This record gives sequence, structure tokens and C-alpha cells, in this order.
Amino acid sequence: MNVVVCVKQIPDPAAPGALDPETKTLVRQGKLILDDSDAYGVEMGLQLAEQAGGGEVTLVSMAPNNETSGLRTALAMGAAKAILVSDDALRGSDALATAKVLAKAIERAAPDLVIAATESTDGYTGTTPVQVAELLGMPSVTFAKKVSLSDGTVHVERQTEAGYDEVVCPLPAVVTVTAGVVEPRYPSFKGIMAAKSKPVDQLTVSDLGIDAALVGQAGARQEVTEVADAEARSAGEVVVDEGDAHQNIIRFLEQLKLI
Amino acid sequence: MSIDKVWVLAEISGGNPVSTSLELLTKAREMGSVVEAVSWGPDVAKTVGQLGNFGVTTVYDIGDTGDALPGAPVAAAIAGLVKSGNRPDVMLIPTTYDGRDVAGRLSAMLDLPVITNVVGLEVEGDEVRSEHGLFGGAKVARARLSGERPWIFVVRAKSFAAEPSPGAAPQVTSVEVPDIGARNTAKVLARHVEEQSGPKLDEADVVVSGGRGLGGAEHYAMIEELAKLLKGAAGASRAIVDAGWVPYSHQVGQTGKTVKPTLYIACGISGATQHLVGMKGSKNIVAINKDKDAPIFSVADLGVVGDVNKVVPKLIEALKARG
Ligand SMILES: Cc1cc2nc3c(=O)[nH]c(=O)nc-3n(C[C@H](O)[C@H](O)[C@H](O)COP(=O)(O)OP(=O)(O)OC[C@H]3O[C@@H](n4cnc5c(N)ncnc54)[C@H](O)[C@@H]3O)c2cc1C
Repeated sequence: MNVVVCVKQIPDPAAPGALDPETKTLVRQGKLILDDSDAYGVEMGLQLAEQAGGGEVTLVSMAPNNETSGLRTALAMGAAKAILVSDDALRGSDALATAKVLAKAIERAAPDLVIAATESTDGYTGTTPVQVAELLGMPSVTFAKKVSLSDGTVHVERQTEAGYDEVVCPLPAVVTVTAGVVEPRYPSFKGIMAAKSKPVDQLTVSDLGIDAALVGQAGARQEVTEVADAEARSAGEVVVDEGDAHQNIIRFLEQLKLI
Repeated sequence: MSIDKVWVLAEISGGNPVSTSLELLTKAREMGSVVEAVSWGPDVAKTVGQLGNFGVTTVYDIGDTGDALPGAPVAAAIAGLVKSGNRPDVMLIPTTYDGRDVAGRLSAMLDLPVITNVVGLEVEGDEVRSEHGLFGGAKVARARLSGERPWIFVVRAKSFAAEPSPGAAPQVTSVEVPDIGARNTAKVLARHVEEQSGPKLDEADVVVSGGRGLGGAEHYAMIEELAKLLKGAAGASRAIVDAGWVPYSHQVGQTGKTVKPTLYIACGISGATQHLVGMKGSKNIVAINKDKDAPIFSVADLGVVGDVNKVVPKLIEALKARG
């Protein structure tokens, strides 16, 4: 059972906001961390490989600056190895270009199952995993809140507007998981030490046989012309509850003619 | 080349087009001169009249995809139409579970980019300017697509108002799903619909939501009671959905529902950007939080600094006393 988990290394969301004023793309300089949304996928991959009684988890990531600190976190959780595609030419890649790069890298690991988060915390386009599935010619099941395997088939409880659907799909397949699908383990000290010597295969765009003109800023067919703060609402009245603040709410409801 | 033909993915749920599709049809009429809808499922014939009422002149009917998970076959049918030379300038897709699947597949099949999380669209000459959220909605990026069309946009619910524009009955054209092999092998075995009473979360006039500040799953009952007293719906932050206190269908925010009620009451919710993006379009917001610096207060018209487990029960009692 070979599982590929796509992971993204992102700037710490606790200190976000940096956009390159020239290219209007997210700045991914400095130390990056494992996107919290991906910890669920890594955990799911580890559990499924264990249940299948063998096989391993390979991480696949794309980052413009050879960043590996987020990968080390996932390796410390128990992933066996990583493929990192890093190339200056990738800066400013849109979702489809990212998917093309990831798909090529994933092919190298010949996985039975590809897991990704439903969306990243920073860019949250939410389309990349399905684009990857299409490029790999695989079926995909998105928004999984429960995943299990049996006889070459993946069973998924998939979130819907009104509840959930039970979906089955033959392997190989791409599955995207939501937060809460499993409880991610914390890397142990032993795991952290072991992660330092786990293989990280660093590849460039040309190693993957991809034309650099089709990815990154060069290949982007969408241009971000401006980035502004979202329209702010202004704060209104604030009262401190001293036992009767519910009366303020009642008066507010009356003003709105809701009661 | 001006914007001429706009297609809208008309998703059907419970025999009716979903509200975001109607919002997109309304916007499409403003953007282009020809508005057409692409739809699938067993109920397309039933919705043709409604789609005509929103200005649609042609409905492309992909038909019943049976138990197949719709993303791949629906995208393949649309890609087939486009490749046969029927090429719209713009394709608008609602941000729904299936809509996002269709968009990702279609983008890769046509080798065209897609812009997601769109909250604004404007035609300027021969171009379309879009607005989409970044950093969980804290920032808005304006973007434009260039090159080959269709330009594909995945648009968030309630970005535009839905207004009918009655017209003649649309023409219905059937569209085949081409054979796409393994891509189309995900099958739905069973659907589980959670029991819901009262108005739907994204249509309710009042939404009362609870967060981790409630302190425990058992306290969510008072959120439901308050919602019921106000003839509203009960919502939730992701934190308590992930914790398993309430089903996912209650989640408000970036990965949950977008709500714009007359009144939103946030109880024990911190106000993370990913939550705010789903509710800050509400006409009025009341927040109850014990931390006076909680970010939720920055969007609240009335903020109560206090313990939800004290304020809400008193509020419920006072409402009941009024009868
Ligand atoms: C990719 C991504 C997507 C996301 N999508 C969503 C989404 O769709 N929806 C969403 O909601 N979140 C979403 N989040 C999560 C979001 O970032 C927050 O973690 C979440 O909204 C926090 O939920 P909360 O406010 O209930 O919990 P907390 O942040 O833990 O806040 C609890 C609040 O309760 C207050 N409190 C505690 N005790 C009391 C008391 N007794 N009385 C009154 N107040 C009290 C505290 O002061 C605090 O402000 C997403 C995150 C990511 C990364």
C-alpha cells in the first residue's frame, strides 16, 4: 500500500499578510511550516498504510525555495520519504500549473492512493487535488470525513450540503480530507530525530520534464492586479454583562422588529 | 472580443436549481448577451421553466448520471461541448461540493485556469475583473484572466442577488457524457440526510451560532432553543464541528455555509477570519464572548462581554416570558 500525501509548506498563518508588491503573489520566504490542514492527510495516510499491513507514505510538495522544515514535521510524524519540487521558475504558479507539477512528481511514487487536504490554509483554491486526479487519469473523492480501505477499494464518507454520502472508488484514486477526519499525532522525539535522516528527493521542473515557460509567473494566465484589505465592518456598541446584558439584546431585537 | 456567451452550471437539489446558481444566472445576464445553463440529474426537465425565468435561452441537459459522483462526468460532458466548438466566453460555477469538483476537472480537461472563491465580477470592455478572497477572506484580490476562453470562475454563495427575468421557454439540448474510463468510477452507495427542522441555515432570517466558548456539546441545545424562539436556524464554528459536537451541515464560514441573515448572533465564537468570511455580510451582528478583545467584536453591532452560559439562558427566559 503506497500512499502519497500532498503537503504544502506555508508561512505561519499566525503571522500572515505578506504579498509580493510586484507580483501580487503570496510571499513564501523565510521559515515555512507544514500547513495544519495537511497534518490530517499525513495522519490518515499513516493509519491506512498501517491497516493495510505494509507500505509507506511518501510526501509530495512544491515550494519555490528548497524549503524542507514543513516536510520534516510530516516525516517526524512517520512518513518514509519526501519528493520536493523546488525551482525558481515555479514562483507565482496558479492552481493548474501546481497540479501539473504535483502530478508529475506523484507519478514517480506510483501510489495506490493519493491524499490531499480539501484546501490549503493560505491560498485555499480547493481545486488542485481534483486537477491532479484528472491529470493522472484517476477518480477522485473530495471532502472526506471518514476513509477506509478494503480489497483495492476506498470507502469514503463525503460531506454534502445536507449530511454525507457514502462513496466507493477503486484504487488508485485521489481523496481529499477535511480537518477532523482523524486526530493528527504529535511527532515524538524519536520521530523528530529519525526525520533528519529520511530521504528528501529534490527535483527541478526540468527533472520532471516540464517546460518552465508553462509554470510559475511565465505560464500564469491569471493576473492579480490589486490586493486590498477586505471591506471592514465597524464595531458597534459593546456592553459588559453585569447580569442584565440580555436586556440589551432584547432591545436590539425589538429595534429590528424581530420580536 | 467582447463578452458574448455566458454559461452557468445549474446544480439541482431537491428538484430546484440551488440558490447560488440563480444568483449566477442573474449576474450572467448583466455580463453577456446570451445566457445558457448546463445541468444534470434526473430533475432537469422540471427546472427548465425556472431557468427560463432567469433568462436562460438554452439548457444543456447532461442527463441522469446515476450513482456516479458527478464531478468527473459532468466536467467531461462540458469539455466535450467546448471541444466540439460550442465555446462560451465565461463559465460560472457555484461554490458547492460538486461545483468545485466540476471546476477542477474542467480546468484540467481544457487546460484552462480557474479562479475560485470569487465574490465579485465586473465586465470591463473585453475583460472580466474578478474579486476573490485571500488569507481566509481577510484580503481581497482583484484579478483578470487572459488568453483562451472560457474563463472559469467558481463563485461563493450570496455574492450577488438573484432576480428573475421572465423570458420564453428555453430550448433543451441533450449532451452526452463521453467515456473517461477510470476517472468516472467513484460511485455513491448511499446518501444520508441529516434531520432538519425550521428554516435552512443559508435562508434563515435569523442565525444563532455557537462556538467552543459554549464549553461542551451539551450546551449547544440552548443555541438551538434560542434559534427556534427567534424562528431562525442554528449554526456553528468549525471548532465545534471538528470536535463532533454538531454535524457539519451547521458550519458557517470559509469551508461551511455563507449566511447573510437580518440578524446573526455569535455565541462563544472568537471570530477567526475563516468564520467571519461566512457571516460578515449579515445585516446585523450580535456577539457574546467573555474576552473583550475577541475579534468577533470588531464586526458586531452589539457586543456583550460576558459568559454565554449566563447570558443566553437569561435571554431565552426573557423571550419565553414575552410569549
Ligand atoms: C483552511 C481553513 C478553513 C477554515 N474554515 C472555517 C469555517 O468554515 N468556519 C469556521 O468557523 N472556522 C473555520 N476555520 C477555523 C478557524 O480558523 C477557527 O479555528 C474557528 O473558527 C474557531 O472556532 P471558535 O471561535 O468556536 O473557537 P475558538 O477560537 O477557540 O474561540 C472560542 C471563543 O469563545 C470564547 N469563550 C470561551 N468561554 C466562553 C464563555 N464561557 N462565554 C463566552 N465566550 C467564551 C473565547 O474567548 C473565544 O473567543 C478554518 C480554518 C482553516 C485553516
